[in-house]
Amino acid sequence: MKLKQLSVFLENKPGRLRELCAVLAENGINIITLSLADTEQFGILRLIVKKHDQAKELLEKNGFVAKLTDVVAVEVMDEPGGLSSILKIEEESGISVEYMYAFTIKSGEKAVLLFRFDDMDKAVDALQKAGLNILGSVELYQRAEG
Amino acid sequence: MNSFVVENRIWDKEETLSRNEMTALQGAKLRETVERVQNVPFYKEAFSEAGITPEKIQTLDDLHRLPFTTKTDLREQYPLRMLAVDRAEVARYHGSSGTTGTPTMVAYTQNDLKVWANLCARFLTGGGLLPKHSVQIAFGYGLFTGGFGLHYGVERVGASVIPAAAGNTPKQVMLMMDMQVDALVCTPSYALTISEFIIQNDIPHNALNLKYAHFGGEPWTEGMRTRIEDEMGILCFNNYGLSEVIGPGVSGECAVRDGMHISEDAFIVECINPDTLEPVPPGEEGELVFTSLCKEAMPIIRYRTRDIASLNPEPCACGRTTVRMSRVTGRSDDMLIIKGVNVYPSQIEQALLRVEGTAPHYLIEVDRPDRTDVATVKVEMTEESFSSSMKEMQELKDKIDRAIQGITGLRMNIELVSPNSLERFVGKAQRVTDHREKT
Repeated sequence: MKLKQLSVFLENKPGRLRELCAVLAENGINIITLSLADTEQFGILRLIVKKHDQAKELLEKNGFVAKLTDVVAVEVMDEPGGLSSILKIEEESGISVEYMYAFTIKSGEKAVLLFRFDDMDKAVDALQKAGLNILGSVELYQRAEG
Repeated sequence: MNSFVVENRIWDKEETLSRNEMTALQGAKLRETVERVQNVPFYKEAFSEAGITPEKIQTLDDLHRLPFTTKTDLREQYPLRMLAVDRAEVARYHGSSGTTGTPTMVAYTQNDLKVWANLCARFLTGGGLLPKHSVQIAFGYGLFTGGFGLHYGVERVGASVIPAAAGNTPKQVMLMMDMQVDALVCTPSYALTISEFIIQNDIPHNALNLKYAHFGGEPWTEGMRTRIEDEMGILCFNNYGLSEVIGPGVSGECAVRDGMHISEDAFIVECINPDTLEPVPPGEEGELVFTSLCKEAMPIIRYRTRDIASLNPEPCACGRTTVRMSRVTGRSDDMLIIKGVNVYPSQIEQALLRVEGTAPHYLIEVDRPDRTDVATVKVEMTEESFSSSMKEMQELKDKIDRAIQGITGLRMNIELVSPNSLERFVGKAQRVTDHREKT
């Protein structure tokens, strides 16, 4: 049920992010969603793309450090308290969120959030026990294209 | 603005010998030194390897036949295998300022200490010191030769010492004001810190009685001199020395301040091309090489300092005839002096090796944006060390920071950069970019 995220190291230099996007675009790789965490000196770009293995190889060939990281996509009610309910489940299981970001598409009443937890297996387990819908890659890509 | 005028006083007659007299004196003392180092197995071996017997060294012209001594040689003889006298005759030990690795120890007999104090008294007198003056010494007192060397030099002149030692800037300034101190002795970069404190606290020049300062222990520039003189309203003098040769007292500026007079009756100086080891003509830059002429405990033959400077043999307007050396403008090895601490790029490499997953590709950038040196180490990211979590990335930087601090004793900025973004070198890698002014 875990999803592969493409994580890329970005030195804070003008044009670096554009270069990365160009590499993906030239090879027909669409970015489903992304998040950028940055400090004064460097950034970490987190991407969800369908062809992540190919994307990683392409970026490495172009001088980027890229890595595949497990994340989990969780469906949550798009209403006040939606995110809070997920965080509560993880808190009670003693799991911390390392980072999270939102998926750009919605399915009806529900939003999709992407999480990286310090203990991924335990986190998925707790979410499933609480009856939350975790999206697998196939389903997610379908929705993105849908 | 500097109302203080240095009286032109010469401490020793050896400072004004004619060239012929100096050459004869150096030749005679060289013979004695060559004889003395026969007690040191290292030199005995080095001499026989070079096919030299002490009898072959008769005059100064024979100097070039003698082998060089390097820092590596001294490290290999650690701690006291370079000693030419019985340990019972040693009166004091000092050590190199290196923070890690094998240090080098140096030793002095009672007579060496007397000679050393006199050499310091010489350049202090050249730079304005009178018996009625009080001198605050803000150098470290310890294995480092700076504190004790200058301390006894000031006493030798008959002036008074305030042994404040390094650090605690507010107290330094308080002492300078309350004791109405005439002269300051420290590193030029520490003088900038003291000056900054005085400015920040709006202390007027007339609250102090400071007239002049003697700086050493690290290379500095004319720009720094102008700045300190303007800010503090004092005269600044440069002096040079290194523990392997004796410590401070090898050379120092006179009132003319056009080069540092080398005490040639105590040291023979050579200026060589570090690649060919051939002498360079006067006025041209090269590596300084010193041979001690009056040290008993640890005489040294043709010590390669790795310091780059030029020599001026012309007699000086002050009346001294001794050869003058320029400021040290660089090194013939890759050693850096950052905040007064000796750092080799190889130490950064060692530190990175301790942090798992980091690449051996790095660049050290040194700058002095205002008063203090700032060093930045750029490290290339690898897939192994990269993490999508900001917390882990911060931990990686902290680990590198701690490893570098553990080895060099200095805090440096750590910058993570893209792989292959640092220049690759065929042959000798250029690991350092030094943006600090040289002259």
